[in-house]
Amino acid sequence: MGTQLINIVYLIASICFILGLKGLTSPRTAPQGNLLGASGMLLAVLATLLDQHILTYQLIIVGLVVGGAIGAYLALTVQMTAMPQMVAAFNGFGGGASALVAATALIAPGDLTSVPPIQLYVASTASGLIGAATFTGSMVAWAKLQGTLLWQPKSDVLQKIINGGLFSLCLLLAAFVVVNPTGLWAYWLLVAAAAVLGVMLTVPIGGADMPVVIALLNSYSGLAAAATGFVLGNNVLIISGSLVGASGIILTNIMCKAMNRSLVHVLFGTLGPTAETATADEVYGGKVKSASPEEAAMIFDTARLVIIVPGYGMAVAQAQHAVRDLANLLEQRGAEVRYAIHPVAGRMPGHMNVLLAEADVPYEQLYALEQINDSFPEADVALVIGANDVVNPTAREDSSSPIYGMPILDVDKARTVMIIKRSLSPGFAGIPNPLFAAPNALMLFGDGKDMVRELIAALKEQ
Amino acid sequence: MDMFITSVTVFLLAIFVGFEVITKVPPTLHTPLMSGSNAISGITVVGAIVAAGSKEPLVAAVLGVVAVIFATINVVGGFLVTNRMLLMFKRKKN
Repeated sequence: MGTQLINIVYLIASICFILGLKGLTSPRTAPQGNLLGASGMLLAVLATLLDQHILTYQLIIVGLVVGGAIGAYLALTVQMTAMPQMVAAFNGFGGGASALVAATALIAPGDLTSVPPIQLYVASTASGLIGAATFTGSMVAWAKLQGTLLWQPKSDVLQKIINGGLFSLCLLLAAFVVVNPTGLWAYWLLVAAAAVLGVMLTVPIGGADMPVVIALLNSYSGLAAAATGFVLGNNVLIISGSLVGASGIILTNIMCKAMNRSLVHVLFGTLGPTAETATADEVYGGKVKSASPEEAAMIFDTARLVIIVPGYGMAVAQAQHAVRDLANLLEQRGAEVRYAIHPVAGRMPGHMNVLLAEADVPYEQLYALEQINDSFPEADVALVIGANDVVNPTAREDSSSPIYGMPILDVDKARTVMIIKRSLSPGFAGIPNPLFAAPNALMLFGDGKDMVRELIAALKEQ
Repeated sequence: MDMFITSVTVFLLAIFVGFEVITKVPPTLHTPLMSGSNAISGITVVGAIVAAGSKEPLVAAVLGVVAVIFATINVVGGFLVTNRMLLMFKRKKN
């Protein structure tokens, strides 16, 4: 296949990716958009396989079959609740692949690329650095979300010095590779240092900040692919990589805004209670009211507007189907049900939307924070299921609180707030929630799914 | 140098296109957006195929094959998982 022809095919593939992403602007067109993106990928792969430079197909086919089988198996068997860690892992593999391709381009440049040497060396080091850090960072994110990695050191001064040192080392090694490209050991040392840096940056990050990290790693994997595009002088890689880079940065920004945090804070600091923060005993002492499902059902009986606020606790308990059943029952009894979705509820951007969609909740009933906050004063019941920091009124009222200024769902303004939660344990911010002790609040202590089922049973018995 | 300038032009224009298209995606679809764009970042599979098919030396081909495996996991897994999610969103319309 001639160079012109293959470039035209790559251009068509790039257009497929852009239109595919554009399809995601509406749930109606999204599946076709995704299909279009996948078709673009298939086109790019087939064109590359037919390219005349390729001499040995056996190894490539083996790689495609093995990778495809692993990817398909994981994608088709993963639980919707485990989606964040799955996406993180896939992301890491993409980043790792970019670093490896850059390595092969350094080993056999004449074979792979015809870009000017300086572009080859600079882009290769960028791809190696970003790709390797994305790979290990994503794997740490996967392990943390999976619950297999519980180690979470406090990000302290020493750690910042180590990270700064590692990053400087990476830049030094990158400069060395550029000046002295035959020293391939320097490239591998760079990859190793970047891999350690990826681990060091991700390990101290807590669960609440995971949506930011996953969005950021997504952006990195795109930038790594774009850098590989510069290595190979290949436009389809540059275009696709920068699309993904832009997408990741936009999502990162949305997540940071939703938490009133700066990106620098998420990356280099942790959210800890300040000295002035009230203790749990002061906040809760004797004021928390616990209710039974039967009592709760009586309140639901007269409710006209119910707003359900799902959190990570709902995801962990796999309670989304039970929640949908409860909502259906309430609707049959004439109540209106809405869902309030905080942007950082869950462990990745839009995580709750996917879980509720899995349970067949119509997306017309899902409201974003700014759309629903005015409705809480009219709501008879706000039902909070496993959410904590995103409904903590401290964020609005206490300027000394570590979460002060973070936009929250104003559930405390509803006539009655019911909170399904296992215990009074704090959320990821580590601070008590005065909502639990509010006069209009009732605690339903228990597992998300069990408690919702008991609520349904109690409602049916009335 | 010409090639470098062209590449940078393409890179910057694509970033602008990306921002324009992606800012219009509603929060409901942010997870599929993330996994879909993630699958697209697996485009590095194209580079991996070229690397795995290079004639010499052997070490380059071996690294290339590992890269093909990694990138294909990203591509196939990413698109399939996105499709699974999107079908859930679609079903309610019918």
